[in-house]
Amino acid sequence: MRLQILSVLAAGLLLAACSSDEPVETASTQGAGSTTQTGAASTGTVTPGSAEDFNQNVGNTVYFGFDRYDLTAEAQSQLQKEAAWLQQYPQHTLTIEGHCDERGTREYNLALGERRANSVANYLTALGIDKSRISTISYGKERPICTDSNEACYSQNRRGVSAINQ
Amino acid sequence: MKRWTAMIAVLVTLVVPRLVLAEPTIILGVDHPPQPLPIAIPNFVGNGPDAQAGADIARVISADLERSGLFAPIDPKAFIQDNASTWQSPRFQDWKLINAQALIAGSTQILPNGQREVAFRLWDVFGGQQMHGLTFKSSPENWRRMAHKVADEVYKRITGEDGYFDTRIVYISESGPKDKRRKQLAIMDQDGENHKNLTDGSVLVLTPRFSPANQDITYMSYFNNKPRVYLFNISSGQQEVLGDFPGMTFAPRFSPDGSRVIMSMAQGGNTDIYVMDIRTRRSQRLTDSPAIDTSPCYSPDGSKVVFNSDRGGEQQLYVMGADGANVQRISKGNGRYATPVWSPRGDLIAFTKMAGGQFQIGVMRPDGSGERILNTAWLVEGPTWAPNGRVLAFFSQDQRGVTKLHSIDLTGYNERILKTPMDGSDPAWSPLLDNQ
Repeated sequence: MRLQILSVLAAGLLLAACSSDEPVETASTQGAGSTTQTGAASTGTVTPGSAEDFNQNVGNTVYFGFDRYDLTAEAQSQLQKEAAWLQQYPQHTLTIEGHCDERGTREYNLALGERRANSVANYLTALGIDKSRISTISYGKERPICTDSNEACYSQNRRGVSAINQ
Repeated sequence: MKRWTAMIAVLVTLVVPRLVLAEPTIILGVDHPPQPLPIAIPNFVGNGPDAQAGADIARVISADLERSGLFAPIDPKAFIQDNASTWQSPRFQDWKLINAQALIAGSTQILPNGQREVAFRLWDVFGGQQMHGLTFKSSPENWRRMAHKVADEVYKRITGEDGYFDTRIVYISESGPKDKRRKQLAIMDQDGENHKNLTDGSVLVLTPRFSPANQDITYMSYFNNKPRVYLFNISSGQQEVLGDFPGMTFAPRFSPDGSRVIMSMAQGGNTDIYVMDIRTRRSQRLTDSPAIDTSPCYSPDGSKVVFNSDRGGEQQLYVMGADGANVQRISKGNGRYATPVWSPRGDLIAFTKMAGGQFQIGVMRPDGSGERILNTAWLVEGPTWAPNGRVLAFFSQDQRGVTKLHSIDLTGYNERILKTPMDGSDPAWSPLLDNQ
C-alpha cells in the first residue's frame, strides 16, 4: 500500500511558519478596548461627528477571550466611550460586526461571531443607544484583521467592530 | 447546462470453460487497508479516431482505481498481448506472467446514430473466467462518465461495495491573501476534471452541500450583506434565498429525500436549528436552547438528526429525533467536537475534533462508541462522505492560509490531495449520478 506523508509535510510547514520573526501588529500590545486605526488623517484634521472621528478618536473595536462572548472591563469601558459619541451624534446608525479567530470550525464560529456582535449591541442598547440604530452581522473566521497564526494575532481577531454606516 | 442523454448498459459475455479457482476479491475492513490488487487495463480498442478515445477511457479508469488505494494498475509497458487480441480473447498466460490478478479489456466506437459505445469485460486472470461485462451508450461528450461507470462496475464486482467514481464534488474555490480571501462556489468531477466556477467571487459564499435527490445545491451567501442560506440549481443556474428568516441562516443540509433543508438560524445572540420544506416554504423550529445549536445533519433514514452544541459548556455532538425530541450527547472523548456528518450507510458519523492545539478528522458510531481518528493536522475540517460510505473528503488550512481538499479512506490510509485549479475548502460529495 502506497501512503502519502501529507501530515509530515504539513508539520514541516508549521515549523517553518513558527520560526518566522515577523512583527506582530501593534493592536495586541494596546490591549482590549484600544482603538483601531483605519484612516491616515491625523486627529486634528477629521471632522467631529464623522465616521473618521469615531474610528480615530473613540475607537471601534472590543476584544474577546477564546470561545468567549462576555465583555471584559476594558471592553465595557470602550463601549461606554462609543455610546457617549453615538449619543452626541444621533444621526449615525451602525453595524456591529462579530469576528472570531481561526482556531474554531466555520459554522460554530459564525454562531459565536453573532453572539459577540449581540453582546456589543446589547451593551450599547443598555447604555441608551436606540435599538433601531444598531444592526449586527457575523463574519465568523472569514475576515481576520491579523493574518499570523499565533495567539497575539488570534486575540486581535476575536473582536466586535462598531462600523458607522456611511 | 446540457442534460445527460440516457446511458444504456447491456451485459456482454464471452463463453469460456469454467475452472474452479478463487476469483480476485478485495475484503474491506476498517482497521487497515488491504494489499492493492494488481490489475491490467489495456487501452480500449478503437478504430481510427476512436483509438485515442480508447486510450483516454483506459487512462481515466486506471486513475480512478489507483486513487482508491485498493487497486495497483500495472504499467502498460509490461503488457505482452496487444489490446485488440486481448479484447477478442485474452491469453491468460501472458497476463499471469506480469501477475495481473484482474484484467479489464474494452472497446469503443461511434455508432451510426452518433452515440459513443463503450464495452468492457472484467477477467479473472488466474481463474480464466469472465467476472463481468457491460456495454454503455451515451453522447460522445459523456466519455468520461462512461469511463467512471466502468470503474464503478469493476470496483463493485471486486469489493462487493458500491463505487463512487461517477460523482462530483462541489466546494469553495479560494484565492487571494488570508485577510481578503476571494471565495467562489465551484464544481468538478471527483477526479478534478470538468471544473467549473458557479459564482464569480464578488460575494462571500460558504459551505455548499449536494441534494441527495437531484441537481440542487444549498449553500450560504453574504449577498447584500445579509448572510442567508440559498438554493442553487446546477441545471438552470438559478439561485434563490431559502425562506424569509429574521436572522442569519447558515449550516444548511438537505434531508435524505431532498425535500427539506435543515439549518441554523441565529438571532439576538442565540442559534437554534430549523427545518424548512422546500416546496411549501414552511419552517419548523427543532431546538430551543440558549446554547449554540448548529451543523445539523440527518441520518440516512431521516429519523434522527446529529448536531453540534455547546449546551454542556463546550462544543459536543448530540443526536435527537427528527422532531427535536430525545436529545442525547454522543461524543465522549476529551476535546471539542464539531461538524458531524452521518455516513450514507448509516453506520458511522464523521466529525471534526479540536484537541491539544490540533484539529482532527474522525468517525464514531451513532451512539458515540468506537471513536477513531483518521487524520490530525494544524487545521483540518469539514468531512464529507463519498456515496459508498467508504471514502471521505475534507479540507486543510496551513498557517499561511493555503487551503487544500483531501480524500482519505475509512481506515485512515490512502490520503490524497484532490486536484483543484486554486485553493479549496468546504468540499461536499455528490451522490452517484443517475443514468439520465
